[in-house]
Amino acid sequence: MLRILYFAWLRDRLGRSGETLPLPQGAHCVQDLIAALNARGGEYAAIFARPELIRVAVNQSFATIAAPIAAHDEIAFFPPVTGG
Amino acid sequence: MPRVTIRVQAEAFDSAHETALLLRGHEDVGGVAAFTGIVRGGGGLVALELEHYPGMTESMMRRIAESACVRFGLAGCTVIHRVGRLAVGMPIVLVLCASAHRGGAQEATTFMMDWLKTSAPFWKREEFADGRSAWVEARAQDEAAKARWGSLAACDGGKKN
Repeated sequence: MLRILYFAWLRDRLGRSGETLPLPQGAHCVQDLIAALNARGGEYAAIFARPELIRVAVNQSFATIAAPIAAHDEIAFFPPVTGG
Repeated sequence: MPRVTIRVQAEAFDSAHETALLLRGHEDVGGVAAFTGIVRGGGGLVALELEHYPGMTESMMRRIAESACVRFGLAGCTVIHRVGRLAVGMPIVLVLCASAHRGGAQEATTFMMDWLKTSAPFWKREEFADGRSAWVEARAQDEAAKARWGSLAACDGGKKN
């Protein structure tokens, strides 16, 4: 199972901090996962239709949407960071 | 080996105490540069709520700190970032850099803040006196500040491999 995490306003809008789901059929990279989440419609579509607003980490390292994913990966979606 | 201390915590920090810990047994240190970030008020802001990504935050902070130690020849550094609700006027982040000479310590402090702001997974939500709240948006000038340090493989935000 993939472990998906949502932070900051993504979590607020989706109403959840994370979920587990099987690797979508035919999904090889983050972009494929984004497409699967986008296909859910509703808030997911509102958020994942604009991936340029989102940053991604795969297994706790920053990644691009072209990064490969595999079963059991931890994939986090969040806005650009604002610490410091 | 440089002494690197990384912490994410809700509690306040004691800069003097942390400085003493950083210096303990380091007779080669000629100076410690310190930066304390404070929750800045204005525009009706009451407090910030700081969220982070446990695990990734600490590992990014460590990579940034270790990069700074190598790049600036530090004897050690301490980075403490607070999370949770922080009222206006409260300290939010502490960076201490110890080195043989002043220049390296001061530059390293700026380097670490520039990278922390753009590459450590923290998010701020602003709470205002009238009850509004809003997530802070990333600022292009912070990215520009980081960019002047060049592309560090160790803490590049993953955009280049």
